[in-house]
Amino acid sequence: MRLTVAGKTKDLEDGITVAKLIELENVETPEYVTVTVNDEFVESGDFGNTVLKDGDTVEFLYFMGGGSIAQHTDRD
Amino acid sequence: MIKLKKTDFDRILAHAQKEAPIEACGLIAGHKDGDDKYIDKVYILTNTDHAEEHFTLDPREQLAAVKDMRANGLEQLGNWHSHPVSPSRPSDEDKRLAFDSTASYMILSLMDETPVLNSFRIKGDTAEKEELIIE
Repeated sequence: MRLTVAGKTKDLEDGITVAKLIELENVETPEYVTVTVNDEFVESGDFGNTVLKDGDTVEFLYFMGGGSIAQHTDRD
Repeated sequence: MIKLKKTDFDRILAHAQKEAPIEACGLIAGHKDGDDKYIDKVYILTNTDHAEEHFTLDPREQLAAVKDMRANGLEQLGNWHSHPVSPSRPSDEDKRLAFDSTASYMILSLMDETPVLNSFRIKGDTAEKEELIIE
């Protein structure tokens, strides 16, 4: 089947799940990745049972966060 | 070196000042020339934490930004966020949640009368300041 993954067209075996795609794509820190399939967000607990179909568009969004919590108090 | 347009700096600053004391955040995109990065577009996103000491980019807005970058031939270069009452350098939390050692992490401090923006590359516990040119 043909998927669009992060904007690139890829031919992959039929019936793979989101979890398998994460593995095939060597996604780093998968625990911090949000996945969309055809613009719908997939809960991380559903990665293993969400089967992809021919023509699906998949995006990996890496968590981005942080903040001044635990900031050292001394000045530069 | 990373280069930011003065007009984009002004947008970031105005938004961060409006949001303070909540942390403001967003993405930066552009192109690279060797080791140099040129920011062609700044994205202002919602901090879904709505917190004074933490930020998380809104994933729906992040998705829209990624699509916009792709449509405009831009590369995601990193992100930016504000520290309303602390210095312009990565906190332990910033380092812990910096997963891309090639990305630029820009931090705007509003703690003093004169705002300070710095850009860092972060790998593990180590943050290295990049040369930042604003013009």
